[in-house]
Amino acid sequence: MQLTGAQALIKSLEQEAVEVMFGLPGGAILPVYDPLIDSSIRHILVRHEQGAGHMAEGYAHATGRPGVAMVTSGPAATNIVTPLCDAYMDSIPIVVITGQVPYANIGTDAFQECDTVGITMPVTKHNWLVTDSQDIPRIVREAFHVATTGRPGPVLVDVPKDIANQTMDWYWPDSIDLPGYKPTTKGHSKQIKDAARLMSQSKRPVIYAGGGILKARAAEALKELVELTGFPVVTTLMARGAFPDDHELCLGMPGMHGNYTAVTSMQQADLLIALGSRFDDRVTGKVGAFAPEAKIIHVDIDPAELGKVRRPDVPIVGDCRRVIEELVKAVSSDKAKHEDDEAAWPSLDEWHTRLKEWQRDFPLVYEQTEGGPLKPQFCVDQLRDHTPDDTIVVSGVGQHQMWASQRWKFNHPYTFVNSGGLGTMGFAVPAAIGAKVGCPSRMVWAIDGDGCFQMTAQELVTAASERIPIKVAILNNAYLGMVRQWQELFYEERYSEVYLSPDLPDYVKWAEAMGCEGIRVDHAEEVEPAIEKANAIDDRPVVIDFRTDYREKVYPMVPAGHSNDEIILDPAHDSFGER
Amino acid sequence: MAATGDIQHHIYSITVENKFGVLSRVAGLFARRGFNIVSLAVSPTEDERFSRMTIVVDAASAPLEQVTKQLHKLIPVIKVMELHPDDAVERELMLVTVKAEVDTRSQITELASIFEARIEDVGFEAITIQVAGRPDKLDAITDLLTPFGIVELQRTGQIALPKLSRSQQRLRAVKTRGA
Ligand SMILES: Cc1ncc(C[n+]2csc(CCOP(=O)(O)OP(=O)(O)O)c2C)c(N)n1
Ligand SMILES: [Mg+2]
Repeated sequence: MQLTGAQALIKSLEQEAVEVMFGLPGGAILPVYDPLIDSSIRHILVRHEQGAGHMAEGYAHATGRPGVAMVTSGPAATNIVTPLCDAYMDSIPIVVITGQVPYANIGTDAFQECDTVGITMPVTKHNWLVTDSQDIPRIVREAFHVATTGRPGPVLVDVPKDIANQTMDWYWPDSIDLPGYKPTTKGHSKQIKDAARLMSQSKRPVIYAGGGILKARAAEALKELVELTGFPVVTTLMARGAFPDDHELCLGMPGMHGNYTAVTSMQQADLLIALGSRFDDRVTGKVGAFAPEAKIIHVDIDPAELGKVRRPDVPIVGDCRRVIEELVKAVSSDKAKHEDDEAAWPSLDEWHTRLKEWQRDFPLVYEQTEGGPLKPQFCVDQLRDHTPDDTIVVSGVGQHQMWASQRWKFNHPYTFVNSGGLGTMGFAVPAAIGAKVGCPSRMVWAIDGDGCFQMTAQELVTAASERIPIKVAILNNAYLGMVRQWQELFYEERYSEVYLSPDLPDYVKWAEAMGCEGIRVDHAEEVEPAIEKANAIDDRPVVIDFRTDYREKVYPMVPAGHSNDEIILDPAHDSFGER
Repeated sequence: MAATGDIQHHIYSITVENKFGVLSRVAGLFARRGFNIVSLAVSPTEDERFSRMTIVVDAASAPLEQVTKQLHKLIPVIKVMELHPDDAVERELMLVTVKAEVDTRSQITELASIFEARIEDVGFEAITIQVAGRPDKLDAITDLLTPFGIVELQRTGQIALPKLSRSQQRLRAVKTRGA
């Protein structure tokens, strides 16, 4: 069968079971948009290519399937660089197709030419420039394989216009030949035994669960391991929901804005079991002072993560789910074998008690007074309490992100979508759209900042016209709040370029102009009715403009570069009493 | 060019797929991770599907293990070997044009013969010498030629292969994949 390169590209995407793609056409990608009309693939027309990339990410986060975006050359390709980098940092599988000027014109500074492959090389797991239409099915197959296996990540395929028009003989490759790409998925059995041995000696263990748990679909396996060992778990920003917050062994989020118990348990641990986590500086604080007494078991599918920041005592390269399942077996047999050994598998009662005391003495605190300014934490709590348990929460970057992560109860995997590694403002709205497209029957709430919202809000037009009924809660504190917080604490309250205004733009009118329902909330008693009203709307997106107290800061906080032992609690902590 | 003999360095022999853009992926990786390249040589191998890159890296800037692991993550990289200088045959080629007046010419040719260098070109006031060998040998002849006046100098960068094992090898073959 003879096809054009463009037809082969679309057919290849169909072969990869792509059901939806996000994009925006232009000159160089025109040939590919034509066969798209006849394809079963749903295309969602975005308003900015950054939106397409984040939507693909949101889709991938929520479903585990690769997100696909397609844009034209030049400015469109550069517009999607931020999502590629975001996906690279957070190991999100997305496949981006870009148009390119005709092959013969490459290098001539042709109209809308840019070196897409060169620009995106450091922010993709791999990328391809197609030089022959005959290669298209092979490259697409390789692209999806690379994006979704091993440590997942973004890939890009750059398709020159003439190659898309060139005919080829259709085929679908039945195998993949990438001699330099063979991810290790099975953990080394001796290392796994050593890990179990180390675990058997620990009196103060902590499982340090990272985003790799979710990537490996290992939440069930993790639960089994926890229940077998009684080891407490911290879930990083990228792993919220990987272990249920309601579980008594869940300590919540560690790191710069982690809760006291999660942070301090790691500092005082004698063993950290890092599962798909990468010792990010936002978790470790000052590396030299991080968990000084802890031995380290580090499991990751990416060998380069082992020893990159902290040298593990037991490194295990492998897929988290497979390794955890093996660990469960190894622990069971170690327990059986050392039944009579007094020193093995000591009681953790003392450790559990200490953790409980910290949780009691150092809870997350805030106070919503009657008639007082609306607290952002109160809004998050109300959202949490008046939405279904399996609601997907998508956040932007800033204070609101930390409050969302701290205060929500994530009891299911894949219910928290956010930009961790890159910290991309503007992520929430498009990522929420992508998540909702992937999970149409679930409620999707974006918890966004006023600053973030203004970066990508136009994608609500996309959502309204495509009838993707996401809901957006703007915690509108009229500031680039997180930056303001740092200026308040570390720059002697010298506020430099952080004020945004609470009512410019008018978020309600803006929402309405974009085909959404807009609701304004100024007082605490209006919060619940507004949420209920938003929940009842299912035919268009909703935006709630929560006017929150700009003075509120995120606590606890470990100042950047400091030891986690220097955790700062809310100064008002003592006056709150028990909550 | 920086002499390669006197600083702490690692030699990597990397087998890569012979496709365009691979060099820029490798070079980009080094740049992004802040690893300093001392020299780099790329050439085809006995198998036309693959090329071999020999990269000498400044050890102070580049933790051995991270370089190896990061290189492995590049899809077109097939195999990475770190060659211990004691266990590798290292060679480099140098062309050097040096001032050679009538009265100094014989001293220079004498020096060249000690180093088993070849005279490649002779002009009225200068001669061009080719010398091959271990990097420290090239450093040495460069030092000795400097007083005569070096006009131009070009080195290829090092290439290396593991020494053939007669006894136990200390080659640290960093296996394809895995820890
Ligand atoms: C694209 C981008 N630019 C700048 C920053 C730096 N930054 C981090 S948080 C933040 C403030 C975000 O403001 P807002 O969305 O209102 O959230 P808030 O902190 O007020 O909740 C800024 C500017 C960033 N993370 N991303
Ligand atoms: Mg704000």
